[in-house]
Amino acid sequence: MREATESLQDIAEALRLAVSLVLSGDADLVEIVVLSLRVSLTATAVACAIGLPLGALVAVARFPGRGTALVVMNALMGLPPVVVGLIVYLHLSRAGPLGFLGLLYTPTAMIVAQTILIAPIVAALSRQVLEDLHDEYAAQFRSLCLTRAQVVGALLWDGRYALMTVALAGFGRAVAEVGAVMIVGGNIDHLTRVMTTAIALETSKGALPMALALGIVLMALALGVNAAVHGLRASAVRHAYV
Amino acid sequence: MSDAALPFLGGRAGAAASPRAPLLPMRARGLTLRRGGVAVVDRIDLDLGLRGCTAILGPNGAGKSLLLRLLHGLEPPEAGAVTWNGAPASREVTARQALVFQTPVLLRRSVGANLDFVLRARRRDRGLRAALLDRVGLGDKADRPARLLSGGEKQRLALARALATGPDVLFLDEPTASLDPGSVLMIERIVREEAERGTRLVIVTHDVAQARRLADDVVFLHRGRVIEHAPTDTFFAAPAAEAARDFLAGRIVL
Ligand SMILES: Nc1ncnc2c1ncn2[C@@H]1O[C@H](COP(=O)(O)OP(=O)(O)OP(=O)(O)O)[C@@H](O)[C@H]1O
Ligand SMILES: [Mg+2]
Repeated sequence: MREATESLQDIAEALRLAVSLVLSGDADLVEIVVLSLRVSLTATAVACAIGLPLGALVAVARFPGRGTALVVMNALMGLPPVVVGLIVYLHLSRAGPLGFLGLLYTPTAMIVAQTILIAPIVAALSRQVLEDLHDEYAAQFRSLCLTRAQVVGALLWDGRYALMTVALAGFGRAVAEVGAVMIVGGNIDHLTRVMTTAIALETSKGALPMALALGIVLMALALGVNAAVHGLRASAVRHAYV
Repeated sequence: MSDAALPFLGGRAGAAASPRAPLLPMRARGLTLRRGGVAVVDRIDLDLGLRGCTAILGPNGAGKSLLLRLLHGLEPPEAGAVTWNGAPASREVTARQALVFQTPVLLRRSVGANLDFVLRARRRDRGLRAALLDRVGLGDKADRPARLLSGGEKQRLALARALATGPDVLFLDEPTASLDPGSVLMIERIVREEAERGTRLVIVTHDVAQARRLADDVVFLHRGRVIEHAPTDTFFAAPAAEAARDFLAGRIVL
């Protein structure tokens, strides 16, 4: 590890180089950003496919153990990424129960880890959204004698703006985490290197321009996600859809 | 009124072709519901005949809205029971009725989509939408977000949605409470048309003159009890109960 002896000028120069890397669309940088997006967007899609129906079910159904399910769902929201990484690693490693799949150190392993990380977030947040909506609609739906499937369908559709916000929150968490992808992906160049693991590596190598360039893209993404959330809310409010 | 003028009620003719048992008369016996330790619906006996319009009158908090919910089968009574033509309350019975709530709950969609949803869910003809909207005077607002309608427009949309299910029994909880005079006439015309077609109507109202105009019989509710149930003329000519006399005279009934 290089000593942190950068002067202010060095940092300013690194920043200038970083900006030019971003603006010139440096091939390595683009490759890393694309892989990050592919992994985290896929994980978000899978987490939504699991978490939304689960959240909807817990929101409208009354069953024994529902209280426990709520507590577990909420607790899992705070799973530390490194712990998720470790658990997935233990399953996918050669000696692990799923070792024969040969998935360790592949993008698929990273998708699995991020999915496990954010599916509870999607489930717990969408449960809250849908339960509030259901409280409001329940009597009207009972009067209309809708089936359970019709109720869930209507809730998902009417909660669509809030649920998109939930999905974006999940994506934001996935794309910014470093612990899980580092452990199960291994940060292999051209294969499993994503923005967060690359930033950690480049910084420790002293390659500040690349680290900063990736940092800029990650920040821009975070800003973009927040702007999207804001825009969604504003458009929902305009139509009184919240 | 001819069938052609009300094309969306064609569903009823279809139902008659495959005869279902009539839903009425309704018999409620000993209906009781407690809220916060108080019997807010208290051992109510009530009969609804085959046809016509029944008005439920009574001061705020008398239990009118809760009584409608019990009759419609939205919640089970703690004691007593409702039977419809001898059959106990059931999902099938509720499905043949509609309730327009005191505060309408509309979906977060356009006006037209609110009706589409019900027509689709209840497997009714989607083509009924335009006629329903015209009937409640919302023909030009089909694409507006439903929740941005004015209070009165929301109530009219809620009525259209109730009619969209083609109900045999229609419960209306203060359907004209926030409507302008023109809209009140529109709703009252619909109530009359529905009654003529054989829909059984039960309407909660604070508008005494409206009860006189629309109702065949009046139920006066007070503190969760039916104080009086009489034909409209009898009730207004000489209310038997003192609470009803005070209510009609505009005195505060406690
Ligand atoms: N969940 C509840 N908890 C406690 N009290 C309740 C609850 N729901 C209703 N009540 C009480 O039950 C009584 C009857 O309520 P209801 O809504 O049926 O009155 P209402 O006759 O429709 O009055 P209004 O004319 O104001 O609409 C009221 O005193 C109300 O405060
Ligand atoms: Mg009421």
